[in-house]
Amino acid sequence: MALLEVEDLTVRFYTEDGVVKATNNLSYRIEAGEHFGVVGESGAGKSVSSLAIMRLIEDPGVIESGEIRFKGQNLLELSAEEMRTIRGNEIAMIFQDAETALNPAYTVGEQIAEAVRHHMDLDDAAARDRAIEMLDSVGIPDAAERYSDYPHQFSGGMQQRAVIAMALSCDPDLIIADEPTTALDVTIEAQILELLEEVSETFDTAIQLITHDLGVVAEFCDRVMVMYAGHPVEIAAVDDLYYNPQHPYTVGLMSSIPRIGDTRDRLQTIPGRMPDLIENPPGCNFHPRCPYAEDVCARREPPLVNVETGDPADPINSDSQSAACLEHTGDLLEGLDYQVTVRGTDESTGDAASTDGGVSDE
Amino acid sequence: MAPTTPERTTERGRIRISGFDPDVVASREPLSSWTPELEATEGKGRLEYAWERFKRNRLALFGTGVIVFMVLLAVFARPIELPDSLPVLAGQVIQPFSLAPVSPGTQDLINAHNPPTLENLAAWPPSPLGIFGTDWAGRDLFSRVIYGGRWSLSIGFIAVAVALFIGIPLGSIAGYYGGKIDEAIMRVVDMLYAFPFIVLAIAVIAILGRGYWELVLALVAVGWLPYARIIRGEILSVKENEYVAAAKALGATDRMIIIRHILPNAMAPVIVQATLSVGTIVLAAAALGFIGLGLSPASAEWGVMLNVEQDSIARGRWWAGVFPGLAIFTFVMAINLLGDGVRDAFDPQGDRTGSGGMR
Amino acid sequence: MSLQRFVLKRGLLTIPLLLGVTLFTFGMVHAIPGDPIDFITLFAELDAETEAEIRAQYGLDKPVYIQYIDWVLNAAQGDFGKSIVTRRPVATEILNRLPYTLLMGSMAFAIAIITAIPSGIVAAYYRNTTVDQISRVFALIGVALPNFWLGLILILVFASWLNLFPVLPPTDRGLLSQDMIIYTLLPAITIGTGSTALLMRLMRSSMVEELDKDYVRTARAKGLPERTVVQKHVLRNSLISVVTVAAIQIAFIISGSVVVEIVFSYPGIGRLLVDRVGNRDFPVIQALVLIIGVAVILANLLADVLYAYLDPRIRY
Repeated sequence: MALLEVEDLTVRFYTEDGVVKATNNLSYRIEAGEHFGVVGESGAGKSVSSLAIMRLIEDPGVIESGEIRFKGQNLLELSAEEMRTIRGNEIAMIFQDAETALNPAYTVGEQIAEAVRHHMDLDDAAARDRAIEMLDSVGIPDAAERYSDYPHQFSGGMQQRAVIAMALSCDPDLIIADEPTTALDVTIEAQILELLEEVSETFDTAIQLITHDLGVVAEFCDRVMVMYAGHPVEIAAVDDLYYNPQHPYTVGLMSSIPRIGDTRDRLQTIPGRMPDLIENPPGCNFHPRCPYAEDVCARREPPLVNVETGDPADPINSDSQSAACLEHTGDLLEGLDYQVTVRGTDESTGDAASTDGGVSDE
Repeated sequence: MAPTTPERTTERGRIRISGFDPDVVASREPLSSWTPELEATEGKGRLEYAWERFKRNRLALFGTGVIVFMVLLAVFARPIELPDSLPVLAGQVIQPFSLAPVSPGTQDLINAHNPPTLENLAAWPPSPLGIFGTDWAGRDLFSRVIYGGRWSLSIGFIAVAVALFIGIPLGSIAGYYGGKIDEAIMRVVDMLYAFPFIVLAIAVIAILGRGYWELVLALVAVGWLPYARIIRGEILSVKENEYVAAAKALGATDRMIIIRHILPNAMAPVIVQATLSVGTIVLAAAALGFIGLGLSPASAEWGVMLNVEQDSIARGRWWAGVFPGLAIFTFVMAINLLGDGVRDAFDPQGDRTGSGGMR
Repeated sequence: MSLQRFVLKRGLLTIPLLLGVTLFTFGMVHAIPGDPIDFITLFAELDAETEAEIRAQYGLDKPVYIQYIDWVLNAAQGDFGKSIVTRRPVATEILNRLPYTLLMGSMAFAIAIITAIPSGIVAAYYRNTTVDQISRVFALIGVALPNFWLGLILILVFASWLNLFPVLPPTDRGLLSQDMIIYTLLPAITIGTGSTALLMRLMRSSMVEELDKDYVRTARAKGLPERTVVQKHVLRNSLISVVTVAAIQIAFIISGSVVVEIVFSYPGIGRLLVDRVGNRDFPVIQALVLIIGVAVILANLLADVLYAYLDPRIRY
């Protein structure tokens, strides 16, 4: 039994403009101590899925169906009271924008100690010590003094460290990090990722990392789920995804990463933009932006299948790479025509291994 | 064509993807009729957007309807003649309709039907003869209330128009030139803001005396302040924009820059404020009328009507107090609904809940 | 910046404002066309000697700026000269009336705060439900109701029809007598209604805004009980802006009292002001306008200081 098993999670937002299909039949699992990445453009339903695990979806959002099993227990069946003993205690969350995630009216230390007092049954002094210890462990110098500083007295990187300290404070088994480095400078981003890596190792904490940055995923994650328009389009181990992407959207994301030493005239970005999740394109949601799309893509919705066998995927019990593209059910006439080129680390020899990532008829 | 299992590479290193050609998407026929919704509404102007939203706001439309109705009632209450002092067309009737049964000064409504006695001379309750009843002097309240709109409403609209005419230039000058001019104008604004609306208006009336134009002037003296502040603030924030610098570099005059580039951007908050101000001004004019510092006691202005009926109300003649007050209330309420609607139309994020939790 | 320094800096900013207010109040008499002496003598025919005497008595023989300085210095000591109508010291007249206005104003303020804050919180927490709609309708009505009309209606219903309140104030009973306080309830409610409507909506929108902020989600993600999230995190932040506006309501209540005192024949400074405008009793008018202006400036100062005290981002 995995630490977290999400099965067929469907979340809807009933807004004035229409029903937003934020996630559709989302299934995945996270093992204890594992780093699981969730990738996609903004608006793909990444954050919603993580808020759903915390049961923090707010009106007009509704978790329509599915199960979220944490240590075998379906979180959606817990009472509000029981859920609160899990939030912050066993599952903690790190938010994108640390500056707004902290309450400006209370000291940083108090905001950490607050959670400690609530979950760990410590008195004020002990909670304070614990909070200082946590601040110290995330690398905030003079933690005892910074305890009584207000959030606006911290720099952006420091604020994010404080938020991480807050998430760690009750020793959770799972941390959901929602774009924890998006608001930060590149150098600080690296420090924060390193810190997360470190703490998850020390405390054996599983991390669900939500990001739109494939580079971050490559560095940090063990397995990845790519989301598009509220659907999981590809789930794979990190190496498989990078060296052998099986969904055109993943391919598009990867080919739009600029690289130093790139000799191409221009980036091959994904044309157009994501639908607003209210009125999605028929068939495969990605077809209006997909260079490989054929007539069938506008008619039939591709199921998530095991790319090797073509059988329906089982992301909860199996580790095999799966993708939701009609290519893998044999419905495409032309196939996916792209190449993944891997250059050896030894650039001087200049030899390159090439693999045909897609299937071609030649 | 059965899918062949892709060949997996075992090599590790820098990855490069080729063959993902976005041009294919642009050059092919769309596969389905689906189009991204956002693109359809792009390219519309801000005003057009605001109008779209305003049209869907039922409360605001209702408010607008009420205002139009009351204005029409006031205009068509009694015939309008051009004043005799005009050299041409003197005494010509330009508006022949009369919705009010009698002229607001007539005391004969009841008397015409009953022989005058002490009892029926004054203050009849609402009856088929006069649906709002009569006031202490036996004048028909219905006629007076709809005719009175001419006073209250015209004061409201005129005072706001004049206030805009003073506040916008002064605010523009202060914001655009800055420095000592700005300092001087804004000090005056701050100083006048130290007085509550009514108190400042009373002070001005104490100096000028009573009368229609004196009242308008007193209301303008307070009314121009918000526009000066709004325009100055907007200009300060737009001034740094590159297109203003560009216009300057191209040799546009200061006046041109203000009129062509800055004012259109600053208009939305001014329109909202001006709409809401009409209500405030009408309320203040009525309040001044009520405390006896507005129009003359004989006029049918709503506040004045309440003033002269104070005693009758305390004695239980409710109709004398209810109807003029209701007229003020209805109008101010309608203006507020309209103003809120205009604000929501320009700034839809204001007070609505969007798709919370979505990112 | 420490709180003391902030208060000091903000306090210094009020000095030019106070100067401006005195200039305006002093200048208003001189803005009237004609000779100021005519308002004192009420246009009586005078021989030159008496006229000179009166001019000297009122300081009208000195240059205008000396008159201004004298007036400000005297006013600072509470000496506003004598009323033209009653010939009594202006300060005495005002002091006789001020306690009544203060009683009515503080009751109105208390009513507004006590009703507005809780109902605003409820409306925000249950936003977009029936409760919120009702509060919205009430606020729309409350803001649009002319206070003098509301006063008249209250008199009609509670004094004339139900006989629960006397029609005229029991001034002979003393300021803090039970009768007087009960009588003051009606005008206080009349004034307070507008402020209640305004503060309630402000409390609501301020709280809705805070409820949508990320730190609320953080607090919930910590597993804190909903009560703690709302009371400790949301309420405190949303009260910051409300407290500020509440302080500014003092100005609103003053202008309300001017009109409402007329409705209820209430013996406060508002009615004094209106009466004397009719009589062109300029020393009294000047003194009242000045006092009100200064009161509003101080209220705004108080609001800013409170804001700085409550919001650590300004304090440090």
